[in-house]
Amino acid sequence: MWDAFGFEFVNFYLIPGLVLGCIYALGAIGITLTFGILRFANFAHGEIMMSGAYLTWTIMAIAGYAGLTLHPLVAMVPATVLVILLFLGTDRYFYKPFRKEETIKVVMASFGMMLIIRSAVQVIWGPNQIAFVPGIAKPNAMLRDLTGDLGAMIIMPNKHIFIFLGTIIIVIALSYLLNKTRIGKAMRAVSDSPDLAHVTGINVDNVIRATWIVGGICAMAAGVFLVMDTQILETTMGFRMLLPMFAAAILGGIGKPYGAVAGGLIIGLAEELSAYPWIGDAPLLSPGYKTGVAFAIMVIMLIVRPQGLFKGRSF
Amino acid sequence: MEAYLGYFLYLLSLLTVGGIYAIFALGLNVQWGFAGLFNVGIVGFAAVGAYTYALLTTAESTYHVGGFGLPLPVGMLLGMLLSALVAAVIGLICIRLRSDYLAIATIGIAEIIKLILKNEADITNGPRGINKIPRAWEHFSEERFYSSWPLNWFASPESWQAFFDGLPNWWWQPCFAATILLCVYVIYRLLERARVSPWGRMMTAIRENEPAARAAGKNVTARRIEAFVIGAAIMGFAGALFAQHLRLIEPTNTFDATKVTFLVWVMLILGGSGNNRGAILGAFVIWTLWSTSELLIGGGINLIGYVFQSLDTTILTTRAGFLRMMLIGILMQVILQKFPGGILPEVRPASPQVKK
Repeated sequence: MWDAFGFEFVNFYLIPGLVLGCIYALGAIGITLTFGILRFANFAHGEIMMSGAYLTWTIMAIAGYAGLTLHPLVAMVPATVLVILLFLGTDRYFYKPFRKEETIKVVMASFGMMLIIRSAVQVIWGPNQIAFVPGIAKPNAMLRDLTGDLGAMIIMPNKHIFIFLGTIIIVIALSYLLNKTRIGKAMRAVSDSPDLAHVTGINVDNVIRATWIVGGICAMAAGVFLVMDTQILETTMGFRMLLPMFAAAILGGIGKPYGAVAGGLIIGLAEELSAYPWIGDAPLLSPGYKTGVAFAIMVIMLIVRPQGLFKGRSF
Repeated sequence: MEAYLGYFLYLLSLLTVGGIYAIFALGLNVQWGFAGLFNVGIVGFAAVGAYTYALLTTAESTYHVGGFGLPLPVGMLLGMLLSALVAAVIGLICIRLRSDYLAIATIGIAEIIKLILKNEADITNGPRGINKIPRAWEHFSEERFYSSWPLNWFASPESWQAFFDGLPNWWWQPCFAATILLCVYVIYRLLERARVSPWGRMMTAIRENEPAARAAGKNVTARRIEAFVIGAAIMGFAGALFAQHLRLIEPTNTFDATKVTFLVWVMLILGGSGNNRGAILGAFVIWTLWSTSELLIGGGINLIGYVFQSLDTTILTTRAGFLRMMLIGILMQVILQKFPGGILPEVRPASPQVKK
């Protein structure tokens, strides 16, 4: 039953929703890890994603002058190192001094960092939009023909395939890290109970460093995937992502990376599907209110089940 | 003489805007300084107050709903009430959770409010905003005000028109500034009273040691919601004054989270959270710095443009604004780390027994 309905639904609502969901999921992993392990809501997370995308663009532009055309996923690698350094630097100079104090001080510091990073990006790259990759993304011909022969044509540009594959690889690598390696187990232990973890001799400083590194890689991927999808660099994009990412982290349960992935996918799908004409011909919800969907889900979650779907921490 | 008049008017505008920010900072002080509630959605409450005021008091218009032409105090009062109502809803949902959630929820509600203002174009005129908002005192020189009550009790519209035409065009500025300063003073006195009252001491107790306050039989959640709602009402009031000062409001640039929420936070932290005088002082200091640095940077850029004639200075002008924002952010971090008490640290109200 691949009629006009299915074609339109899958290609224009379901796939964009999943793409957005992947981006939210990667961003939410970083937020949920910092919230679970360092115990504060990091407001600067979105801005670091945004600065990562700008750094990637810069590296691509520099390589372009040298005559090299780099794919964003290649240029991402050196930019990731810079973003991790940025994360570790902000932690060292702005968050660490408050580690022994009330957590709200760190939240305030991260709120300040949000402004500092965004203003810094605006000073360096200017406030205007920059085209990340020019041109219209053509659908992948092979996938189109193959699914077309099967009677269920899927139109998906290469960038979306990269985003799906990239997210799957990162999530598999993350689950390996958290379940099989020593530092990953230590991270989970600290997330569950910091005092108990400390008593058993886990080096909390190393765990915090690892958290920033993992969060940095995921934030970086989320930022680059986002600009690969929208093809536009904006200084406000980090802030725009912040609320859906928080919503995803809360929906999945604070401190639960898989929860964040599930939450991200749900929020992304909900945002896109809310604009689908479920009843009649008009969109169910004006597309201008997409951010509102994430917020509504978050508020309902806070009322009904503050610990989230995956039984995360509730404070 | 003309030059002095210019300085005088600049000083008045500093006092006006500084005063509006002082009211914002006082409102935040109730939430953060008294009760320890982390509100990063100040801009949302300001927008609610400003839009309510604007819709209720402007003259009938085809661009947005109404233009109900109500008296100014009514608009301000309803702006306050609506802002308090929004706060009550958020408070009921989030206050029992940890402060981080309240922060996320307030930043979220601020965005949602702006989203609604932007998308409901039939009601709010969308991104084009509302203009011709009546400003206290200046509004008397508009025809629809001097030809209706209470002014038409004293003289005929023609003589009022002749009277206002005879005044210099800045006549309302000192009155407006004085009114705002009076509002600051009244709110300050009320909050000072609240701070030393049993209610204020209970707030301090709840903030400092919640389990102990709970064990002493205090209704922690209700008190926190009270503080949150009162703070939001004050912010709504300041938002209405903000709309009067600007006369044209629109959702994106007027209610920019960095320029409202963030500046107010820096003001309160610099002045000293928990201290009402500190909040006022911080507001005037930061606003003066912010406003004069704009002039200084503008002058500096003009100078650069004069020396290097070939240089296009427009790019410098836009970037300098962001550099200023970044420096304010760094200032906030420095205060947070090195001077957590601010200029005027909090003074705990003594209990009546100790005072004797």
